[in-house]
Amino acid sequence: MTLALAIDLFLSAMLVGGGLFALIGSYGLLRLPQPMQRLHAPTKATTIGVGAALVVSALDLLPQGAVSWQEILITIFLLLTAPISALFLAKTLLLRHEDPATLPDSGTGRPWATLSDDRPVG
Amino acid sequence: MLKRLFPHPYLTLTLVILWFLLVNQWKLGSLVMALILATVIPHLTSAWWPDRPKIRRPFGLAAYALLVLWDVIVANFQVARIVLFMPRDKIRSAWVTVPLDLRAPEAITLLAGTITMTPGTLTADMSACGRALLIHSLHAPDPDAVRDDIKARYEARLKRIFE
Repeated sequence: MTLALAIDLFLSAMLVGGGLFALIGSYGLLRLPQPMQRLHAPTKATTIGVGAALVVSALDLLPQGAVSWQEILITIFLLLTAPISALFLAKTLLLRHEDPATLPDSGTGRPWATLSDDRPVG
Repeated sequence: MLKRLFPHPYLTLTLVILWFLLVNQWKLGSLVMALILATVIPHLTSAWWPDRPKIRRPFGLAAYALLVLWDVIVANFQVARIVLFMPRDKIRSAWVTVPLDLRAPEAITLLAGTITMTPGTLTADMSACGRALLIHSLHAPDPDAVRDDIKARYEARLKRIFE
């Protein structure tokens, strides 16, 4: 077995594996009963799905001696921004479905920021 | 002199690396362009970072990034198993309060991001005074263990890096 074939096999396996995780993430959206639980599936499973596809894209031309570095950039920005969109969704869910009585005490003597009275309303 | 030219050395270094990743080639011309951008952008944006984060251990930060990357991969398998095989009524979701020892805003942001990306936990909110995080855990039969794990595994490391 040549090295090029081995690399191709490895990359194909990564693609299929990543695709499976992306599928599981979407399935989680369908299956989990509570809105806050549904938020878990896409933030994790989808990250590794996209991540695997990007690694494959970066290493695709490896047998010809070329590595594409831009995919690393995409991966970094994906890891940086995914938590932020998840946080915004979580804050929306807090406002719509929760109140201080259903959440644990913050233990600091102050309420949670999203539900506190002095938050900017707009 | 050097400090006035590069007021934010980490930002400058990051911009140089970003530019090289972006143009996808290692040429002298790219380095010149990278250095121009890395000098100009920190000056243009200086109004938005009045308090610069102090990173005491840059290499600690790199080690932390690798640890998180590994945990993200593990997290995917755990969440996938819960999504696929755990009966709906067996999933014990819980809110967890994590009191913070960290004070640097950059460190708290990193911790919140890490929690969202790793095993079955999600940062939902912060207390109004910034001294505690509200975490939602997908499956936590023992919420206290989740809190202790986050504090020991991530917060302690970030504290060593930033404070």
